[in-house]
Amino acid sequence: MNLRGTWTLFRKEVRRFMVVAMQTLLAPVITALLYLVIFSHVMADRVTMYDDLAYSSFLVPGLIMMSIIQNAFANSSSSLVFSKVTGSIVFVLLGPLTHLEFCLAFVAAAMVRALLVGLAIFVAASLYLEVQVAAPLYVLLFGFFGAATLATTGFIVGIWADKFDHAATFQNFVIMPLSFLSGVFYSIHSLPGVWQQISKFNPLFYMIDGFRYGFFGQSDVDPQIGIAVMCGALAMLGIISLTILRSGYKLRT
Amino acid sequence: MVAVSINQLYKSFAGLQALNGVDLQIAEGEMFGLLGPNGAGKSTLINIMAGLCRADRGQVSVMGRDVVAQAAASRRHLGVVPQELLFDPFFKVREVLQIQAGYFGVDRRNRAWIEELLESLGLADKADNNMRSLSGGMKRRVLIAQALVHRPRVLVLDEPTAGVDVDLRQSLWSFVERLHREGTTVLLTTHYLEEAEALCERIAIMNGGEVVALDSRAGLMQRYSHYQVRLRLGGLTGELPDPVTAALLRRENDEIWLQVAHGSEQLAVILDALHQQRLQVLEVETEQQNLEDLFLELTQAEST
Repeated sequence: MNLRGTWTLFRKEVRRFMVVAMQTLLAPVITALLYLVIFSHVMADRVTMYDDLAYSSFLVPGLIMMSIIQNAFANSSSSLVFSKVTGSIVFVLLGPLTHLEFCLAFVAAAMVRALLVGLAIFVAASLYLEVQVAAPLYVLLFGFFGAATLATTGFIVGIWADKFDHAATFQNFVIMPLSFLSGVFYSIHSLPGVWQQISKFNPLFYMIDGFRYGFFGQSDVDPQIGIAVMCGALAMLGIISLTILRSGYKLRT
Repeated sequence: MVAVSINQLYKSFAGLQALNGVDLQIAEGEMFGLLGPNGAGKSTLINIMAGLCRADRGQVSVMGRDVVAQAAASRRHLGVVPQELLFDPFFKVREVLQIQAGYFGVDRRNRAWIEELLESLGLADKADNNMRSLSGGMKRRVLIAQALVHRPRVLVLDEPTAGVDVDLRQSLWSFVERLHREGTTVLLTTHYLEEAEALCERIAIMNGGEVVALDSRAGLMQRYSHYQVRLRLGGLTGELPDPVTAALLRRENDEIWLQVAHGSEQLAVILDALHQQRLQVLEVETEQQNLEDLFLELTQAEST
């Protein structure tokens, strides 16, 4: 395996988003904190979750995971589209990286950005809210696999997209609605029966629900199911990514 | 050893046949020129060599490694300077070279070579500048340095001097000649035919996705071309004899310009005919056709 080559591409991708950290790190943290401040102030006295949990505390893991999801997707998709539009993708393609190495580097860099954003929101929220972590392993597992799954989705979309508009369309009309409708702001038990069932077809619901389990030890569905869904989705997306790369689709036409 | 082997290569894009059964063998250490008009298939051929494009049929290997089945191994031997001025705007010149070297698994010991490249290509004082701030010529130099960071044994230059000033062109060619002397195989595509004429040992001319001529430069001239002869004649008043009229390009006062086929007895026949008509040959001047004439002759013949 070309470890140095993979590491170089990974580092380059990390540096790429670090160069524009205001846009790639700070902005999503601020957005999540604004959601937290506004919703917790508006709803704090009206709603409690899981019997006696303050709504603002309930909101924290959902917002962290939503930010992880959106930033993991945005990083790999936008970086690939940018490289394709400017043509600089050629420099990577001329190198001796295998399909797996190429995919791993992009996905890992997107995960780093997503997890940094998630960590920053966690730290900031902890400064003025009491944030408990009941099962840290689940937090790490769901954070890691959630970021990996969406980074791989972004990777596939980045290869498919010919321009920024394509990737933005997917982000705004697929990722954004799915993440907002995945239980970030509510428990699916508060939904009517049919919507509860529909929510269970949303893979992002399992990520947020499982991640929340790591914080409170309570969730809408068994977190083991969430792990299975994420692993299955990640495996499927990984196979799709490698198949696309092997075929040369859009990159080596 | 064969550095680049291309066998029966076919590629089409949306019904357009970009490559139509191309065969080429480039020997190790050779300086090889690939010429052709726009759309001849040169860049498609290079892209297939570099793994940027997949052939419909056929096989390409670089230093004995198949570019598809042994993609990583073949790319380690290949450095490609793309035609377009591509760059990553996030990084500085030295960083770009370090990153490119990293893709090839080249470690920190390569730093000296990167510094040498920066120096040789006149980039030393721009090494810490962002790529965005460079002029077109400087970006072209960086592209060349990027292609060389891993010390490839085969260097492909796709129109490297397009839009480049004379000074840079000269320094670029002296650098490429140095690499060639040190054993690097060079494949050059260019629109500046005089460059190929001056630099390349063998030349292939492509047109319509096919190799229409392949030989040494001298061989190409011998095989395909004509040369021009200017004669100043004494006593020229009336009609010229038939063999002269057949070869006549131009006539001005007592001078005539003729096009004569290489390796034929045509000139002897012409001189004999002039002698029989009692025309005195006062001056003879021959002018070799250059590659540009040959190029036009071949590519226009193909397209008509």
